[in-house]
Amino acid sequence: MSAVARAPRARTDGGSSWWVYAAVAAFALLVAGIFLSAFLNSIASSWFGGWLPDGYTMRWYRFALAEFNLGYVLWVTVVVGVSVTVLSLILGVPAAYVLARHAFPGRAPLLLLLVLPMLVPPITYGIPLAAMLYAAHLGGSLAGVIVVNIVPALPFAVLIMTPFFEQIDPNLERAARTLGAGPVQVFRRVLLPIALPGVLAAGLLILVRAIALFELTFLVSGARSQTLVVALYYTAFAAGIRPAQAIDAMAVVYMVTGLVVLLAALRFINPVNMVIRVRQ
Amino acid sequence: MQRAAGARVGPGTAPRARRGGLRWGPLVPIAPALLVVLVLFVYPFAYGLALSLHPIGALARGGMLANYAAFFGTPWERASIWNTLRLAVPVSALDLALALPLAYRLRRPLPGQRLITALLVIPMTLGTVLLAEGMIEFFGPAGWANKALLALHLVRMPVQFVHNYTGVFISLAIADFPAVFLVLLGYASGVDPRLEQAARTLGAGWWARLRRVTLPLLAPGIAAAAALSFVATFSVFPSAVLVGEPAGSTRVIALAAWQAAYEQFDYPRASAIAMVMAAIELVFVALVLAARNRAYRGPTIGGRG
Repeated sequence: MSAVARAPRARTDGGSSWWVYAAVAAFALLVAGIFLSAFLNSIASSWFGGWLPDGYTMRWYRFALAEFNLGYVLWVTVVVGVSVTVLSLILGVPAAYVLARHAFPGRAPLLLLLVLPMLVPPITYGIPLAAMLYAAHLGGSLAGVIVVNIVPALPFAVLIMTPFFEQIDPNLERAARTLGAGPVQVFRRVLLPIALPGVLAAGLLILVRAIALFELTFLVSGARSQTLVVALYYTAFAAGIRPAQAIDAMAVVYMVTGLVVLLAALRFINPVNMVIRVRQ
Repeated sequence: MQRAAGARVGPGTAPRARRGGLRWGPLVPIAPALLVVLVLFVYPFAYGLALSLHPIGALARGGMLANYAAFFGTPWERASIWNTLRLAVPVSALDLALALPLAYRLRRPLPGQRLITALLVIPMTLGTVLLAEGMIEFFGPAGWANKALLALHLVRMPVQFVHNYTGVFISLAIADFPAVFLVLLGYASGVDPRLEQAARTLGAGWWARLRRVTLPLLAPGIAAAAALSFVATFSVFPSAVLVGEPAGSTRVIALAAWQAAYEQFDYPRASAIAMVMAAIELVFVALVLAARNRAYRGPTIGGRG
Protein backbone atom coordinates (compact mmCIF):
# COMPACT_ATOMS: atom_id res chain seq x y z
CA MET A 1 0.00 0.00 0.00
CA SER A 2 2.74 2.43 0.97
CA ALA A 3 4.60 1.85 -2.29
CA VAL A 4 1.59 3.09 -4.21
CA ALA A 5 1.11 6.01 -1.87
CA ARG A 6 4.66 7.22 -2.57
CA ALA A 7 4.21 7.05 -6.33
CA PRO A 8 4.90 10.33 -8.18
CA ARG A 9 2.12 12.87 -7.79
CA ALA A 10 1.53 13.35 -11.50
CA ARG A 11 0.65 9.68 -11.95
CA THR A 12 -1.96 9.55 -9.25
CA ASP A 13 -3.69 12.83 -9.99
CA GLY A 14 -4.93 13.35 -13.50
CA GLY A 15 -1.73 12.17 -15.15
CA SER A 16 -2.77 9.01 -16.93
CA SER A 17 -6.14 9.40 -18.60
CA TRP A 18 -5.36 7.52 -21.80
CA TRP A 19 -7.75 4.77 -20.75
CA VAL A 20 -10.66 7.25 -20.78
CA TYR A 21 -9.94 8.09 -24.42
CA ALA A 22 -9.43 4.41 -25.27
CA ALA A 23 -12.71 3.36 -23.65
CA VAL A 24 -14.67 6.21 -25.22
CA ALA A 25 -13.12 5.49 -28.62
CA ALA A 26 -14.01 1.79 -28.37
CA PHE A 27 -17.58 2.59 -27.39
CA ALA A 28 -17.93 5.25 -30.10
CA LEU A 29 -16.48 2.86 -32.69
CA LEU A 30 -19.01 0.16 -31.83
CA VAL A 31 -21.94 2.61 -31.92
CA ALA A 32 -20.66 4.24 -35.12
CA GLY A 33 -20.27 0.83 -36.76
CA ILE A 34 -23.85 -0.08 -35.91
CA PHE A 35 -25.22 3.30 -36.98
CA LEU A 36 -23.22 3.40 -40.23
CA SER A 37 -24.31 -0.15 -41.10
CA ALA A 38 -27.93 0.97 -40.92
CA PHE A 39 -27.26 4.35 -42.55
CA LEU A 40 -25.25 2.99 -45.51
CA ASN A 41 -27.86 0.30 -46.03
CA SER A 42 -30.56 2.99 -46.16
CA ILE A 43 -28.79 4.74 -49.06
CA ALA A 44 -27.56 1.55 -50.78
CA SER A 45 -28.97 0.51 -54.10
CA SER A 46 -27.73 -2.96 -53.18
CA TRP A 47 -25.17 -4.33 -50.72
CA PHE A 48 -24.00 -7.90 -51.09
CA GLY A 49 -20.91 -9.21 -49.36
CA GLY A 50 -18.56 -6.23 -49.83
CA TRP A 51 -17.25 -3.82 -47.22
CA LEU A 52 -19.28 -1.02 -48.81
CA PRO A 53 -22.56 -0.91 -50.77
CA ASP A 54 -22.45 -1.52 -54.51
CA GLY A 55 -24.13 1.82 -55.31
CA TYR A 56 -26.07 4.63 -53.70
CA THR A 57 -29.62 5.89 -54.05
CA MET A 58 -32.19 8.01 -52.23
CA ARG A 59 -35.13 5.90 -53.30
CA TRP A 60 -35.61 4.16 -49.93
CA TYR A 61 -36.29 7.52 -48.31
CA ARG A 62 -38.85 8.37 -51.02
CA PHE A 63 -40.30 4.90 -50.54
CA ALA A 64 -40.50 5.33 -46.73
CA LEU A 65 -42.09 8.74 -47.12
CA ALA A 66 -44.86 7.34 -49.32
CA GLU A 67 -45.27 3.79 -48.01
CA PHE A 68 -45.03 4.36 -44.25
CA ASN A 69 -46.91 7.66 -44.26
CA LEU A 70 -43.77 9.08 -42.69
CA GLY A 71 -44.97 12.69 -42.80
CA TYR A 72 -48.07 11.91 -40.76
CA VAL A 73 -46.15 9.73 -38.28
CA LEU A 74 -43.60 12.51 -37.76
CA TRP A 75 -46.43 14.97 -37.17
CA VAL A 76 -47.99 12.67 -34.55
CA THR A 77 -44.57 12.26 -32.90
CA VAL A 78 -44.07 16.03 -32.71
CA VAL A 79 -47.60 16.66 -31.38
CA VAL A 80 -47.25 13.93 -28.74
CA GLY A 81 -43.70 14.95 -27.75
CA VAL A 82 -44.47 18.66 -27.46
CA SER A 83 -47.82 18.17 -25.67
CA VAL A 84 -46.30 15.75 -23.16
CA THR A 85 -43.39 18.11 -22.52
CA VAL A 86 -45.55 21.20 -22.09
CA LEU A 87 -48.07 19.44 -19.83
CA SER A 88 -45.32 17.85 -17.69
CA LEU A 89 -43.71 21.26 -17.26
CA ILE A 90 -47.01 22.97 -16.36
CA LEU A 91 -47.67 20.27 -13.75
CA GLY A 92 -44.07 19.70 -12.70
CA VAL A 93 -42.70 23.23 -12.29
CA PRO A 94 -45.02 24.23 -9.38
CA ALA A 95 -44.53 20.82 -7.72
CA ALA A 96 -40.74 21.05 -8.03
CA TYR A 97 -40.84 24.57 -6.62
CA VAL A 98 -42.81 23.51 -3.57
CA LEU A 99 -40.53 20.52 -2.96
CA ALA A 100 -37.44 22.71 -3.27
CA ARG A 101 -38.67 25.49 -0.99
CA HIS A 102 -40.84 23.98 1.70
CA ALA A 103 -40.10 21.45 4.40
CA PHE A 104 -43.35 19.89 5.56
CA PRO A 105 -44.40 16.67 7.26
CA GLY A 106 -44.74 13.89 4.71
CA ARG A 107 -42.41 15.53 2.21
CA ALA A 108 -40.26 12.39 1.78
CA PRO A 109 -43.18 9.97 1.16
CA LEU A 110 -44.78 12.52 -1.18
CA LEU A 111 -41.57 12.81 -3.19
CA LEU A 112 -41.34 9.02 -3.30
CA LEU A 113 -44.92 8.81 -4.58
CA LEU A 114 -44.22 11.42 -7.26
CA VAL A 115 -41.08 9.57 -8.37
CA LEU A 116 -42.44 6.02 -8.08
CA PRO A 117 -43.73 5.83 -11.69
CA MET A 118 -40.08 6.03 -12.78
CA LEU A 119 -39.14 3.02 -10.64
CA VAL A 120 -41.85 0.66 -11.83
CA PRO A 121 -41.82 -0.95 -15.28
CA PRO A 122 -44.26 0.99 -17.52
CA ILE A 123 -45.97 -2.19 -18.65
CA THR A 124 -47.16 -2.94 -15.08
CA TYR A 125 -49.47 0.08 -14.92
CA GLY A 126 -49.63 0.47 -18.72
CA ILE A 127 -51.83 -2.58 -19.27
CA PRO A 128 -54.56 -1.58 -16.75
CA LEU A 129 -54.21 2.07 -17.81
CA ALA A 130 -54.75 1.07 -21.43
CA ALA A 131 -57.81 -0.94 -20.36
CA MET A 132 -59.14 2.14 -18.51
CA LEU A 133 -58.54 4.40 -21.51
CA TYR A 134 -60.30 2.00 -23.87
CA ALA A 135 -63.24 1.94 -21.43
CA ALA A 136 -63.26 5.77 -21.53
CA HIS A 137 -63.16 5.65 -25.37
CA LEU A 138 -59.73 7.29 -25.35
CA GLY A 139 -57.89 4.16 -26.42
CA GLY A 140 -56.17 4.48 -29.77
CA SER A 141 -56.65 8.26 -29.84
CA LEU A 142 -54.00 10.94 -29.88
CA ALA A 143 -55.29 12.27 -26.54
CA GLY A 144 -54.90 8.81 -25.00
CA VAL A 145 -51.29 8.55 -26.18
CA ILE A 146 -50.52 11.98 -24.69
CA VAL A 147 -52.20 11.09 -21.38
CA VAL A 148 -50.24 7.86 -20.83
CA ASN A 149 -46.93 9.46 -21.73
CA ILE A 150 -47.37 12.07 -19.01
CA VAL A 151 -47.11 9.35 -16.33
CA PRO A 152 -43.34 8.72 -16.67
CA ALA A 153 -42.55 12.25 -17.93
CA LEU A 154 -43.97 14.10 -14.91
CA PRO A 155 -41.76 12.39 -12.24
CA PHE A 156 -38.74 12.99 -14.45
CA ALA A 157 -39.67 16.68 -14.72
CA VAL A 158 -40.09 17.01 -10.95
CA LEU A 159 -36.84 15.15 -10.27
CA ILE A 160 -34.62 17.22 -12.53
CA MET A 161 -36.22 20.60 -11.82
CA THR A 162 -36.20 20.48 -8.01
CA PRO A 163 -32.41 21.18 -7.89
CA PHE A 164 -32.84 24.12 -10.30
CA PHE A 165 -35.20 25.81 -7.85
CA GLU A 166 -32.99 24.91 -4.88
CA GLN A 167 -30.20 26.92 -6.47
CA ILE A 168 -32.25 30.13 -6.64
CA ASP A 169 -31.64 32.51 -3.73
CA PRO A 170 -34.82 32.71 -1.58
CA ASN A 171 -33.94 36.32 -0.73
CA LEU A 172 -35.02 37.37 -4.22
CA GLU A 173 -38.54 36.13 -3.50
CA ARG A 174 -38.54 37.75 -0.05
CA ALA A 175 -37.51 41.06 -1.58
CA ALA A 176 -40.31 40.85 -4.15
CA ARG A 177 -42.83 40.02 -1.42
CA THR A 178 -41.63 42.93 0.70
CA LEU A 179 -42.29 45.15 -2.29
CA GLY A 180 -45.87 43.92 -2.33
CA ALA A 181 -45.87 41.16 -4.94
CA GLY A 182 -48.33 38.31 -4.46
CA PRO A 183 -47.31 34.64 -4.86
CA VAL A 184 -48.48 34.46 -8.48
CA GLN A 185 -46.66 37.67 -9.32
CA VAL A 186 -43.48 36.46 -7.58
CA PHE A 187 -43.64 33.26 -9.56
CA ARG A 188 -44.26 34.95 -12.90
CA ARG A 189 -42.02 38.01 -12.60
CA VAL A 190 -39.14 36.76 -10.43
CA LEU A 191 -38.84 32.96 -10.34
CA LEU A 192 -39.79 32.01 -13.86
CA PRO A 193 -37.36 34.39 -15.62
CA ILE A 194 -34.49 33.05 -13.46
CA ALA A 195 -35.50 29.41 -13.81
CA LEU A 196 -36.35 29.63 -17.51
CA PRO A 197 -33.02 28.28 -18.87
CA GLY A 198 -33.26 25.34 -16.48
CA VAL A 199 -36.90 24.75 -17.35
CA LEU A 200 -36.12 24.83 -21.08
CA ALA A 201 -33.23 22.40 -20.64
CA ALA A 202 -35.46 20.10 -18.60
CA GLY A 203 -38.08 20.41 -21.33
CA LEU A 204 -35.62 19.29 -23.99
CA LEU A 205 -34.63 16.25 -21.91
CA ILE A 206 -38.28 15.38 -21.34
CA LEU A 207 -38.82 15.71 -25.09
CA VAL A 208 -35.93 13.31 -25.84
CA ARG A 209 -37.42 10.77 -23.45
CA ALA A 210 -40.98 11.26 -24.67
CA ILE A 211 -39.91 10.66 -28.28
CA ALA A 212 -38.04 7.51 -27.26
CA LEU A 213 -40.64 6.03 -24.93
CA PHE A 214 -41.99 2.87 -26.46
CA GLU A 215 -44.03 0.62 -24.18
CA LEU A 216 -46.86 2.94 -23.15
CA THR A 217 -47.45 4.36 -26.62
CA PHE A 218 -47.32 0.83 -27.98
CA LEU A 219 -50.06 -0.26 -25.55
CA VAL A 220 -52.59 2.49 -26.31
CA SER A 221 -51.89 3.79 -29.81
CA GLY A 222 -54.17 2.99 -32.71
CA ALA A 223 -53.50 3.07 -36.43
CA ARG A 224 -53.83 6.89 -36.54
CA SER A 225 -51.92 7.69 -33.35
CA GLN A 226 -48.62 5.85 -33.72
CA THR A 227 -45.46 7.71 -32.89
CA LEU A 228 -42.27 7.10 -34.85
CA VAL A 229 -40.88 4.50 -32.41
CA VAL A 230 -44.04 2.43 -32.50
CA ALA A 231 -44.49 2.69 -36.26
CA LEU A 232 -40.85 1.63 -36.61
CA TYR A 233 -41.36 -1.35 -34.33
CA TYR A 234 -44.36 -2.51 -36.34
CA THR A 235 -42.47 -2.26 -39.63
CA ALA A 236 -39.38 -3.95 -38.22
CA PHE A 237 -41.51 -6.63 -36.58
CA ALA A 238 -43.18 -7.35 -39.90
CA ALA A 239 -39.76 -7.60 -41.56
CA GLY A 240 -39.86 -9.28 -44.92
CA ILE A 241 -42.98 -7.44 -46.01
CA ARG A 242 -41.01 -4.27 -46.66
CA PRO A 243 -37.41 -3.87 -47.82
CA ALA A 244 -34.88 -3.65 -44.97
CA GLN A 245 -33.36 -0.55 -46.59
CA ALA A 246 -36.66 1.32 -46.22
CA ILE A 247 -36.89 0.35 -42.53
CA ASP A 248 -33.34 1.63 -42.10
CA ALA A 249 -34.28 4.87 -43.85
CA MET A 250 -37.09 5.40 -41.37
CA ALA A 251 -34.83 4.49 -38.43
CA VAL A 252 -32.30 7.08 -39.61
CA VAL A 253 -35.03 9.74 -39.76
CA TYR A 254 -35.94 8.77 -36.19
CA MET A 255 -32.34 8.97 -34.99
CA VAL A 256 -31.80 12.39 -36.60
CA THR A 257 -34.98 13.74 -34.95
CA GLY A 258 -33.80 12.62 -31.51
CA LEU A 259 -30.21 13.71 -32.12
CA VAL A 260 -31.21 17.28 -33.01
CA VAL A 261 -33.16 17.61 -29.76
CA LEU A 262 -30.39 16.01 -27.68
CA LEU A 263 -27.65 18.20 -29.14
CA ALA A 264 -29.82 21.24 -28.47
CA ALA A 265 -30.20 20.06 -24.87
CA LEU A 266 -26.44 19.52 -24.50
CA ARG A 267 -25.78 23.06 -25.75
CA PHE A 268 -27.94 24.48 -22.97
CA ILE A 269 -26.83 22.31 -20.10
CA ASN A 270 -23.66 20.64 -18.98
CA PRO A 271 -24.66 17.12 -17.89
CA VAL A 272 -22.10 17.34 -15.08
CA ASN A 273 -24.31 19.94 -13.42
CA MET A 274 -27.53 18.11 -14.15
CA VAL A 275 -28.22 16.59 -10.80
CA ILE A 276 -30.52 13.60 -10.99
CA ARG A 277 -30.89 12.45 -7.45
CA VAL A 278 -33.58 11.87 -4.91
CA ARG A 279 -32.95 13.98 -1.86
CA GLN A 280 -34.14 12.42 1.35
CA MET B 1 -52.37 36.48 -0.91
CA GLN B 2 -50.14 37.72 1.87
CA ARG B 3 -50.68 34.73 4.09
CA ALA B 4 -48.50 32.56 1.85
CA ALA B 5 -45.48 34.58 2.98
CA GLY B 6 -46.26 33.94 6.63
CA ALA B 7 -46.72 30.21 6.14
CA ARG B 8 -43.32 29.59 4.61
CA VAL B 9 -41.78 26.59 6.30
CA GLY B 10 -38.22 27.06 5.12
CA PRO B 11 -35.37 26.28 7.52
CA GLY B 12 -35.12 29.90 8.65
CA THR B 13 -38.80 30.42 9.41
CA ALA B 14 -39.65 26.98 10.79
CA PRO B 15 -40.30 27.96 14.45
CA ARG B 16 -42.75 30.72 13.48
CA ALA B 17 -44.65 28.44 11.16
CA ARG B 18 -44.94 25.73 13.78
CA ARG B 19 -46.30 28.12 16.37
CA GLY B 20 -49.04 29.22 14.01
CA GLY B 21 -49.90 25.63 13.07
CA LEU B 22 -49.08 24.15 9.71
CA ARG B 23 -50.78 25.88 6.82
CA TRP B 24 -51.37 23.97 3.62
CA GLY B 25 -51.76 27.04 1.38
CA PRO B 26 -48.19 27.06 0.02
CA LEU B 27 -48.47 23.36 -0.79
CA VAL B 28 -51.39 23.88 -3.19
CA PRO B 29 -49.15 24.10 -6.32
CA ILE B 30 -48.19 20.46 -5.83
CA ALA B 31 -51.83 19.29 -5.97
CA PRO B 32 -52.25 19.02 -9.78
CA ALA B 33 -49.12 16.86 -10.12
CA LEU B 34 -50.22 14.70 -7.21
CA LEU B 35 -53.69 14.31 -8.71
CA VAL B 36 -52.23 13.18 -12.04
CA VAL B 37 -50.02 10.58 -10.34
CA LEU B 38 -52.96 9.32 -8.29
CA VAL B 39 -55.37 9.06 -11.24
CA LEU B 40 -52.97 7.84 -13.92
CA PHE B 41 -50.57 5.72 -11.87
CA VAL B 42 -51.86 4.70 -8.43
CA TYR B 43 -55.41 3.99 -9.56
CA PRO B 44 -54.44 1.91 -12.64
CA PHE B 45 -51.96 0.01 -10.51
CA ALA B 46 -54.65 -0.79 -7.92
CA TYR B 47 -57.10 -1.56 -10.72
CA GLY B 48 -54.57 -3.98 -12.24
CA LEU B 49 -54.06 -5.67 -8.88
CA ALA B 50 -57.84 -6.08 -8.44
CA LEU B 51 -58.21 -7.25 -12.03
CA SER B 52 -55.52 -9.89 -11.54
CA LEU B 53 -57.54 -11.37 -8.67
CA HIS B 54 -60.62 -11.92 -10.86
CA PRO B 55 -59.61 -14.62 -13.33
CA ILE B 56 -61.69 -15.09 -16.46
CA GLY B 57 -62.19 -17.90 -18.97
CA ALA B 58 -60.85 -21.34 -18.08
CA LEU B 59 -59.21 -19.95 -14.93
CA ALA B 60 -62.43 -18.41 -13.57
CA ARG B 61 -63.19 -21.37 -11.32
CA GLY B 62 -59.67 -21.56 -9.87
CA GLY B 63 -60.23 -18.95 -7.17
CA MET B 64 -58.69 -15.53 -6.68
CA LEU B 65 -55.09 -16.57 -7.18
CA ALA B 66 -55.71 -18.73 -10.27
CA ASN B 67 -53.89 -16.28 -12.56
CA TYR B 68 -50.81 -16.35 -10.36
CA ALA B 69 -51.00 -20.13 -9.96
CA ALA B 70 -51.25 -20.49 -13.75
CA PHE B 71 -48.20 -18.26 -14.28
CA PHE B 72 -45.98 -19.98 -11.73
CA GLY B 73 -47.37 -23.43 -12.55
CA THR B 74 -46.53 -23.30 -16.25
CA PRO B 75 -42.81 -23.89 -16.86
CA TRP B 76 -42.94 -21.95 -20.16
CA GLU B 77 -44.41 -18.87 -18.45
CA ARG B 78 -42.28 -19.21 -15.33
CA ALA B 79 -39.13 -19.36 -17.47
CA SER B 80 -39.76 -15.77 -18.62
CA ILE B 81 -38.66 -14.54 -15.16
CA TRP B 82 -35.31 -16.28 -15.53
CA ASN B 83 -34.99 -15.16 -19.17
CA THR B 84 -35.41 -11.56 -18.02
CA LEU B 85 -33.18 -11.72 -14.95
CA ARG B 86 -30.28 -13.28 -16.81
CA LEU B 87 -30.35 -10.28 -19.16
CA ALA B 88 -31.19 -7.45 -16.75
CA VAL B 89 -28.75 -8.28 -13.95
CA PRO B 90 -25.56 -8.84 -16.01
CA VAL B 91 -26.33 -5.91 -18.35
CA SER B 92 -26.86 -3.54 -15.41
CA ALA B 93 -23.70 -4.82 -13.69
CA LEU B 94 -21.61 -4.45 -16.85
CA ASP B 95 -22.86 -0.92 -17.56
CA LEU B 96 -22.21 0.12 -13.95
CA ALA B 97 -18.71 -1.34 -14.04
CA LEU B 98 -17.93 0.50 -17.30
CA ALA B 99 -19.61 3.79 -16.41
CA LEU B 100 -18.26 4.12 -12.87
CA PRO B 101 -14.55 4.72 -13.64
CA LEU B 102 -15.45 6.97 -16.58
CA ALA B 103 -17.90 9.08 -14.59
CA TYR B 104 -15.45 9.29 -11.69
CA ARG B 105 -12.59 10.45 -13.92
CA LEU B 106 -14.79 12.86 -15.93
CA ARG B 107 -16.01 14.73 -12.85
CA ARG B 108 -12.81 16.76 -13.24
CA PRO B 109 -12.21 18.52 -16.59
CA LEU B 110 -10.28 16.62 -19.21
CA PRO B 111 -9.28 17.90 -22.68
CA GLY B 112 -12.20 17.18 -24.98
CA GLN B 113 -14.64 16.76 -22.09
CA ARG B 114 -17.70 17.96 -24.00
CA LEU B 115 -16.99 15.70 -26.98
CA ILE B 116 -16.42 12.69 -24.71
CA THR B 117 -19.67 13.31 -22.83
CA ALA B 118 -21.57 13.80 -26.09
CA LEU B 119 -20.14 10.57 -27.56
CA LEU B 120 -21.18 8.61 -24.47
CA VAL B 121 -24.68 10.11 -24.34
CA ILE B 122 -25.61 10.13 -28.05
CA PRO B 123 -26.64 6.42 -28.15
CA MET B 124 -29.71 7.61 -26.19
CA THR B 125 -31.11 8.90 -29.47
CA LEU B 126 -30.42 5.75 -31.49
CA GLY B 127 -33.68 4.11 -30.49
CA THR B 128 -34.33 0.42 -30.11
CA VAL B 129 -35.25 -0.17 -33.72
CA LEU B 130 -32.29 1.58 -35.32
CA LEU B 131 -30.02 -0.20 -32.86
CA ALA B 132 -31.65 -3.51 -33.73
CA GLU B 133 -31.61 -2.97 -37.50
CA GLY B 134 -28.04 -1.68 -37.37
CA MET B 135 -26.98 -4.64 -35.24
CA ILE B 136 -28.59 -7.15 -37.59
CA GLU B 137 -26.41 -5.71 -40.36
CA PHE B 138 -23.25 -4.90 -38.36
CA PHE B 139 -23.15 -8.24 -36.52
CA GLY B 140 -24.75 -10.26 -39.33
CA PRO B 141 -22.88 -13.06 -41.17
CA ALA B 142 -21.71 -10.56 -43.84
CA GLY B 143 -21.52 -7.56 -41.50
CA TRP B 144 -18.45 -5.53 -40.58
CA ALA B 145 -17.93 -7.25 -37.22
CA ASN B 146 -17.69 -10.72 -38.76
CA LYS B 147 -15.70 -9.40 -41.75
CA ALA B 148 -13.14 -7.91 -39.35
CA LEU B 149 -12.96 -11.09 -37.25
CA LEU B 150 -12.49 -13.21 -40.41
CA ALA B 151 -9.89 -10.83 -41.86
CA LEU B 152 -7.90 -10.96 -38.62
CA HIS B 153 -8.17 -14.77 -38.66
CA LEU B 154 -9.72 -14.71 -35.19
CA VAL B 155 -12.57 -16.95 -36.34
CA ARG B 156 -12.99 -19.38 -39.21
CA MET B 157 -16.77 -19.13 -39.57
CA PRO B 158 -18.98 -16.06 -39.06
CA VAL B 159 -20.08 -15.84 -35.43
CA GLN B 160 -23.80 -15.63 -34.74
CA PHE B 161 -24.25 -12.47 -32.69
CA VAL B 162 -27.93 -11.69 -33.32
CA HIS B 163 -31.26 -13.47 -32.95
CA ASN B 164 -30.08 -14.98 -29.69
CA TYR B 165 -29.19 -14.04 -26.11
CA THR B 166 -25.97 -12.26 -27.17
CA GLY B 167 -27.87 -9.93 -29.51
CA VAL B 168 -30.29 -8.76 -26.82
CA PHE B 169 -27.42 -8.45 -24.33
CA ILE B 170 -25.38 -6.17 -26.64
CA SER B 171 -28.43 -4.12 -27.60
CA LEU B 172 -29.51 -3.54 -23.99
CA ALA B 173 -25.96 -2.79 -22.84
CA ILE B 174 -25.58 -0.05 -25.47
CA ALA B 175 -29.07 1.41 -25.00
CA ASP B 176 -28.80 1.46 -21.21
CA PHE B 177 -25.27 2.85 -20.89
CA PRO B 178 -25.93 6.62 -21.41
CA ALA B 179 -28.50 6.85 -18.60
CA VAL B 180 -26.28 4.94 -16.14
CA PHE B 181 -23.36 7.16 -17.07
CA LEU B 182 -25.36 10.41 -16.67
CA VAL B 183 -26.68 9.46 -13.24
CA LEU B 184 -23.21 8.44 -12.00
CA LEU B 185 -21.67 11.59 -13.46
CA GLY B 186 -24.19 13.72 -11.56
CA TYR B 187 -23.27 12.02 -8.28
CA ALA B 188 -19.52 11.84 -8.92
CA SER B 189 -19.33 15.58 -9.56
CA GLY B 190 -21.06 16.11 -6.20
CA VAL B 191 -18.26 14.40 -4.24
CA ASP B 192 -15.84 16.87 -2.70
CA PRO B 193 -12.34 16.11 -4.09
CA ARG B 194 -10.79 17.37 -0.83
CA LEU B 195 -12.04 14.25 0.95
CA GLU B 196 -9.85 12.08 -1.25
CA GLN B 197 -6.92 14.48 -0.86
CA ALA B 198 -7.32 14.30 2.91
CA ALA B 199 -7.20 10.50 2.73
CA ARG B 200 -4.04 10.68 0.66
CA THR B 201 -2.44 13.12 3.05
CA LEU B 202 -3.15 10.60 5.80
CA GLY B 203 -1.22 7.99 3.83
CA ALA B 204 -3.99 5.93 2.21
CA GLY B 205 -2.99 4.18 -1.02
CA TRP B 206 -5.24 4.26 -4.09
CA TRP B 207 -6.93 0.98 -3.19
CA ALA B 208 -7.64 2.08 0.38
CA ARG B 209 -8.93 5.44 -0.89
CA LEU B 210 -11.15 3.75 -3.42
CA ARG B 211 -12.55 1.20 -0.98
CA ARG B 212 -12.84 3.36 2.13
CA VAL B 213 -13.58 6.84 0.75
CA THR B 214 -14.63 7.04 -2.88
CA LEU B 215 -16.92 4.03 -3.23
CA PRO B 216 -18.83 4.67 0.02
CA LEU B 217 -19.37 8.30 -1.04
CA LEU B 218 -20.60 7.15 -4.43
CA ALA B 219 -22.81 4.43 -2.94
CA PRO B 220 -26.04 6.48 -3.29
CA GLY B 221 -25.23 7.20 -6.93
CA ILE B 222 -24.37 3.57 -7.64
CA ALA B 223 -27.63 2.53 -5.99
CA ALA B 224 -29.69 5.03 -8.00
CA ALA B 225 -27.98 4.05 -11.26
CA ALA B 226 -28.39 0.33 -10.51
CA ALA B 227 -32.09 0.76 -9.73
CA LEU B 228 -32.84 2.87 -12.82
CA SER B 229 -30.80 0.57 -15.03
CA PHE B 230 -32.57 -2.51 -13.70
CA VAL B 231 -36.00 -0.90 -14.29
CA ALA B 232 -35.04 -0.11 -17.88
CA THR B 233 -33.50 -3.49 -18.73
CA PHE B 234 -36.03 -5.55 -16.80
CA SER B 235 -39.07 -4.12 -18.56
CA VAL B 236 -37.86 -3.81 -22.13
CA PHE B 237 -39.09 -6.09 -24.84
CA PRO B 238 -38.69 -4.62 -28.36
CA SER B 239 -35.04 -5.64 -28.54
CA ALA B 240 -35.86 -9.10 -27.17
CA VAL B 241 -38.14 -9.51 -30.20
CA LEU B 242 -36.04 -7.80 -32.87
CA VAL B 243 -32.52 -9.08 -32.13
CA GLY B 244 -33.44 -11.94 -29.82
CA GLU B 245 -35.16 -15.24 -29.92
CA PRO B 246 -38.64 -14.24 -28.72
CA ALA B 247 -40.05 -17.75 -28.96
CA GLY B 248 -37.26 -19.20 -26.82
CA SER B 249 -34.30 -18.00 -24.80
CA THR B 250 -35.25 -14.29 -24.82
CA ARG B 251 -38.98 -14.55 -24.15
CA VAL B 252 -38.85 -11.92 -21.44
CA ILE B 253 -41.57 -11.34 -18.84
CA ALA B 254 -42.78 -8.07 -20.41
CA LEU B 255 -43.38 -10.00 -23.61
CA ALA B 256 -45.31 -12.66 -21.68
CA ALA B 257 -47.53 -9.92 -20.19
CA TRP B 258 -48.05 -8.28 -23.57
CA GLN B 259 -48.93 -11.57 -25.25
CA ALA B 260 -51.51 -12.35 -22.55
CA ALA B 261 -53.15 -8.94 -23.00
CA TYR B 262 -52.97 -8.37 -26.73
CA GLU B 263 -52.75 -11.84 -28.25
CA GLN B 264 -55.05 -13.75 -25.89
CA PHE B 265 -57.05 -10.69 -24.71
CA ASP B 266 -56.86 -11.98 -21.13
CA TYR B 267 -56.36 -8.70 -19.27
CA PRO B 268 -56.67 -10.28 -15.79
CA ARG B 269 -53.89 -12.77 -16.52
CA ALA B 270 -51.77 -10.02 -18.13
CA SER B 271 -52.32 -7.88 -15.03
CA ALA B 272 -51.20 -10.77 -12.82
CA ILE B 273 -47.95 -11.08 -14.83
CA ALA B 274 -47.53 -7.30 -14.58
CA MET B 275 -47.93 -7.50 -10.80
CA VAL B 276 -45.28 -10.24 -10.64
CA MET B 277 -43.00 -7.92 -12.62
CA ALA B 278 -43.63 -5.02 -10.27
CA ALA B 279 -43.00 -7.24 -7.23
CA ILE B 280 -39.66 -8.50 -8.59
CA GLU B 281 -38.71 -4.96 -9.52
CA LEU B 282 -39.52 -3.55 -6.08
CA VAL B 283 -37.70 -6.42 -4.33
CA PHE B 284 -34.63 -5.64 -6.42
CA VAL B 285 -34.82 -1.92 -5.64
CA ALA B 286 -35.19 -2.75 -1.93
CA LEU B 287 -32.13 -5.04 -2.09
CA VAL B 288 -30.10 -2.32 -3.80
CA LEU B 289 -31.11 0.24 -1.17
CA ALA B 290 -30.27 -2.21 1.64
CA ALA B 291 -26.85 -2.84 0.10
CA ARG B 292 -26.37 0.90 -0.16
CA ASN B 293 -27.15 1.38 3.52
CA ARG B 294 -24.62 -1.32 4.39
CA ALA B 295 -21.99 0.49 2.34
CA TYR B 296 -22.65 3.98 3.57
CA ARG B 297 -24.86 5.71 6.08
CA GLY B 298 -25.02 9.47 5.91
CA PRO B 299 -26.27 12.33 3.80
CA THR B 300 -27.18 11.49 0.21
CA ILE B 301 -25.28 14.49 -1.04
CA GLY B 302 -21.90 12.88 -0.56
CA GLY B 303 -19.56 15.30 1.12
CA ARG B 304 -20.49 18.38 -0.89
CA GLY B 305 -20.22 21.63 1.05
